[in-house]
Amino acid sequence: MTDSELAPAPAASGSVVAFEHVTKRYGNGPPAVTDLSLEIRAGEICVLVGPSGCGKTTTMKMVNRLVEPTSGRVTIDGADVASLPAVDLRRRIGYVIQQVGLFPHLTVAENVAVVPRLLGWGEPRITERVEELLELVGLDPGAYRSRYPAALSGGERQRVGVARAMAADPSVLLMDEPFGAVDPIRRERLQNEFLRLQARLRKTIVFVTHDVDEAIKMADRIAILQVGGVLAQYDSPDRLLATPASPFVEHFVGADRGLKRLSLARVRDLPLERPVTVVVGESFAAARQRLPDGTMWALVIDAQQRPLGWIAAHDLAGEGRVDAAMATPGSTLLQPESTLRDALSAMLVSSVQLGVVVDEHDAVLGVISVAAISRTLQDGAGSPPP
Amino acid sequence: MTEGAPFFRLDWVVDNLDMLAQRTAEHVVLTLIGVGFGILIAFPVTLLIHRRRRLIGPVLGVAGILYAIPSLAVFGLLIPVTGIGLVTAEIALVSYTLLILIRNGLAGLDGVAPEIVEAATGMGHTRIQRLWRVQLPLAIPVIIAGIRIATVTTIGLVAVTALIGQGGLGFVIITIGINRFFPTAILVGVGLSVLLAVLADRGLVLAERALTPWARAGSGEG
Amino acid sequence: MDFLAEVAAWFTDPASWSGRDAISARVGEHLALSGVSLLAGLAIALPLGLFIGHTRRWAGAVVAIANVGRAVPSVGILGLALPITLQLGWGIGVPPTLLALTVLAIPPIVLNAYVGIRDVEPELVEAARGMGMREAQVLRRLELPIALPIILAGVRTASIQVIATATLGAILSTGGLGRYIVDGFARQDYPRMFGGALLVMTLALTSEVLFALAQRAAVSPGLRGVPDRLPETGAGLAV
Repeated sequence: MTDSELAPAPAASGSVVAFEHVTKRYGNGPPAVTDLSLEIRAGEICVLVGPSGCGKTTTMKMVNRLVEPTSGRVTIDGADVASLPAVDLRRRIGYVIQQVGLFPHLTVAENVAVVPRLLGWGEPRITERVEELLELVGLDPGAYRSRYPAALSGGERQRVGVARAMAADPSVLLMDEPFGAVDPIRRERLQNEFLRLQARLRKTIVFVTHDVDEAIKMADRIAILQVGGVLAQYDSPDRLLATPASPFVEHFVGADRGLKRLSLARVRDLPLERPVTVVVGESFAAARQRLPDGTMWALVIDAQQRPLGWIAAHDLAGEGRVDAAMATPGSTLLQPESTLRDALSAMLVSSVQLGVVVDEHDAVLGVISVAAISRTLQDGAGSPPP
Repeated sequence: MTEGAPFFRLDWVVDNLDMLAQRTAEHVVLTLIGVGFGILIAFPVTLLIHRRRRLIGPVLGVAGILYAIPSLAVFGLLIPVTGIGLVTAEIALVSYTLLILIRNGLAGLDGVAPEIVEAATGMGHTRIQRLWRVQLPLAIPVIIAGIRIATVTTIGLVAVTALIGQGGLGFVIITIGINRFFPTAILVGVGLSVLLAVLADRGLVLAERALTPWARAGSGEG
Repeated sequence: MDFLAEVAAWFTDPASWSGRDAISARVGEHLALSGVSLLAGLAIALPLGLFIGHTRRWAGAVVAIANVGRAVPSVGILGLALPITLQLGWGIGVPPTLLALTVLAIPPIVLNAYVGIRDVEPELVEAARGMGMREAQVLRRLELPIALPIILAGVRTASIQVIATATLGAILSTGGLGRYIVDGFARQDYPRMFGGALLVMTLALTSEVLFALAQRAAVSPGLRGVPDRLPETGAGLAV
């Protein structure tokens, strides 16, 4: 997430979405959304998150008028959404729901083409757009175009759902737990791919989730809502974790706030330690000469600098040559893009509490230790909130 | 019936193939008119009660009453009003189909998964577009199931219209078979009627398959 | 309006209430025909359906019977019953009509009994067996009460069929209310025909109402909304 702030961002193709004192009441009961005011900047992902009953989905649905506010207004680029006929408004906004809702009686291509057809696009333009979108979401158009939803896996359906929402190139996307219906592994992949997509397209996205971790990962800014649709805090993930505005936010984000901040940092943000390395084929004597005093372990690498495992210093006594079979594997291999949180999780379950960082050719870049990550935890946590 | 006469006379069948074919054709026409008008009436009524749910009870109640009244009684009630003829017969036939067609039509529309309906609305379909492009296609299997039952039932009922002068296989069964004590005609008439019903049913199954190419897809992990 | 006055006149005419063709007599005949054949059909179809539903054997045959039953015109069954009873020496009139009506009552009752029992959740049945109930007890104390509404729906359907076909029995020279309609039609005595039709209609609707009430009463308060008829899914003809 920090990258996008450093590199020059592509021009946003999104609109500004604003809520102005929006309240939603059903009947005479307590309000579902209370006096909500916030502005989502163009090209940003705003994640609405909160406990059950906090009105996050209701809020999102007020953008495409599936729900109408009782008072206040919602605007897109300054224009009140109520000023357009609802049907026209919805054709300009992408909508992705948790169960995806692909039309079972239409092929993948026909599903993606739904809104363009509603808008009256010509056939050639539709065909081209469908191709483009399927490739964008990682599905080979040739293979998937004529398939029916029943023949797709859960992950494939989610992708088609995203493609379908983007078909008419809307400036605003509404996503209600879009990755909720797949398993965690697939979800992570879908999230990563979507973030990469967003980095290119920079749409304005209103994203609803109940999962705080997903919010932290996906959001440019997070809006935490309390029951009754009361805005508790609206901030970037970093500031939210560092300075929660109330006990509620603190509690909702979780006692492991510090740990969560590890999701914001990546392995490459840490200074890497240089391990002592011995190469396969080297003689014990040569290796011993290079070992600093007090070294317990050395990393065995091959000719391409790829790590094979660890060898104890005392095993290098006497005569002999370093052999691959002498290396004891046990370290997790990490990449520079991995989050510190994922790194820590992986390292804690391995037998050696050192993670070896490798580049895209699997060559060693350095090692990091659990201790180094812990230090980041302490430094980053800073002083307790007021 | 004379003792010793054979029960089934094939020679009569062979001699009267023309007549049998003609009566069968009449039977088919009467059925088509009945089911056709039944669908014509049931379709808008179904759409109406799908939208205004409060009408479901009364409409199904009326259809249920029409279904419960025996066809002969319906003739007895209608003849003083609509006379003896095709119209009376068809009114009776049509009123039988209504209950099943409306019930299945409603069940079919209600059976479309709610998230699909929501997705369609959220994407910007008008009510009518949503109905035509999403809900009705997905309701086809249940709707056709209703048409199958209505058709088979109607084929059985057409026979009774022979009593008020309509043709069809009822003429063979009743006028020739029963009134003249001729079992062969009864058997042939019934047999042809069942055959028609089977053909109609299978034909509609094929039609359903042709209209729902997506139903054969399923091979993903879900 | 004149016509309705004639109908009313027919009803109130004392001649209509005496003799073989009396309204009371015909109604009685109709009720007797319907009632006897319904009971006979129940006696045959219910145990059969319960057995098949409970043991799941010959289920295919049941579905086939029900489907064929729907396809064969009731007039045809009446017509076929005639030569059969003649061969058996039972005569015309009542015997073939009773035979036909009984045969017609069987398919809906068998089908609904079968489906009603079959659809009782297997876990419940297993639990009952696990508690030590014998098969007959499982059927009687668990499956039957749960399946009762659907079974009653089947009897209700059969009742309609029977009442309707009893009306048609007039063409076999049987008694019953159908006589008024058929004779009235033949003699162009339309008030009689209309009156007979009204009586049949009343009988049929009364049956419907009674069975609807019975179904409601039969549902244990513990069971939530049970469909009042067998859901007509794509059974169709399974030939």
